[in-house]
Amino acid sequence: MLTKRIIACLDVDGSRVVKGVQFTNLRDAGDPAECAQAHARSGADEIVLLDITATSANRRTLLDVVRATARSLFVPFTVGGGIRQLEDAAAVFEAGADKIAINSAAVRDPALIGKIAACFGSQAVVVAIDARKVNGSFEVFTAGGRVPTGRNAIQWAREAAACGAGEILLTSMDRDGTQSGFDCQLVREVAEAVSIPVIASGGAGSARDFIQVFREGCADAALAASIFHFGIENIVELKRQLHDAGVPVRWPC
Amino acid sequence: MIAIVDYGAGNLNSVKKAFDYLGADVAVTHEPETVTAADKLVLPGVGHFSSLRALNRTGLREALLQAASAGKPFLGICLGMQWLFEGSEESNEVAGSGIFPGRCRQFPSSVKSPHVGWNSLTVQKDSRLLRGIEQDSFVYYTHSFHAPVLAATTAASEYGLLFTAAVERDNIFGVQFHPEKSGDVGLAILKNFCEV
Repeated sequence: MLTKRIIACLDVDGSRVVKGVQFTNLRDAGDPAECAQAHARSGADEIVLLDITATSANRRTLLDVVRATARSLFVPFTVGGGIRQLEDAAAVFEAGADKIAINSAAVRDPALIGKIAACFGSQAVVVAIDARKVNGSFEVFTAGGRVPTGRNAIQWAREAAACGAGEILLTSMDRDGTQSGFDCQLVREVAEAVSIPVIASGGAGSARDFIQVFREGCADAALAASIFHFGIENIVELKRQLHDAGVPVRWPC
Repeated sequence: MIAIVDYGAGNLNSVKKAFDYLGADVAVTHEPETVTAADKLVLPGVGHFSSLRALNRTGLREALLQAASAGKPFLGICLGMQWLFEGSEESNEVAGSGIFPGRCRQFPSSVKSPHVGWNSLTVQKDSRLLRGIEQDSFVYYTHSFHAPVLAATTAASEYGLLFTAAVERDNIFGVQFHPEKSGDVGLAILKNFCEV
């Protein structure tokens, strides 16, 4: 049976893992390669590394960090942040990523999704969408949540899928880092709009939140960062609780 | 030496990295001569079935078929496994090798496509590639088309229907999932291939 994925996210600033609340107030959380290994050992189904300052500071993704992290990681590994063109994506794949995540660049140039997919396959292209509820509907923000686009998140997800995206990584900016639960309404609306997998992100605080986003949000995967880094929720224990609640997960793993 | 065949379909680094980690002598190649000189072959591949057309243009198809019929251990991964069949409805004009009968088809409309994530293996018979792999072990998939279950199927997974997860006959092995991305289970399978 296909299982629901638990994805550990490493937000990287420079060469360190950090974690903020609602995209600001960063705290140090360790070395990326060590964090990735620890998460994979404790049962993370996938690792995502986001270079969170790449877009704003106009830097390329830290290829050395990617290389070091990928070296002995044998679960799927996604890298995002600062990928603006096909060449950036190629460099990240060359450094050892299995998938890339694009956000601002895809909004600016949706054809980039298809270009990367044509070279590396749709399975390797994750379109990340940061959304916030504005006047009752979900609006897409870019540049690390700083720039409102006026675009509707559900429509944009549909367009990204049509352009060749393999998965949608959907972050609720309202919930990011708050540990107050995923935005199940947002996730469900996107999951029902596209046939590609939707990864829910933003707001994970407890096992109950994961159960809810898989059941009510119809998410295919759920991503979290802070609760794993600071030991609040152990992935093994989380998966055991999901399994006991009847959610199919890779457990034991 | 194990040759990992590069025909331009996606990123082969992960496959190479996993064999490197196991201490195997591997080389990524796009040359038929290297395929002919290799002791074992790995045909990986992600993406569209039509990308396999590149094998026909480059002389790799003949080199691979010769190596397979000469008894060299041959492992197809994902799209590489689908090539072991006759073809795929994803690209009807591109021929597979026909080493195994049947064609790859789309998943039924009752399930989302692509099939992405960790799914469990139902091991159906003893095999060299899956030696030591426990029933219901989880492996990582990402694909939109699937191969039928047949006599040579050694393990199946379920997604809207039962499909071939692993296939094996003599020196020919194929896996639809990605062993290089399937944690310890996947590494054990690749190690088995190294030791065949």
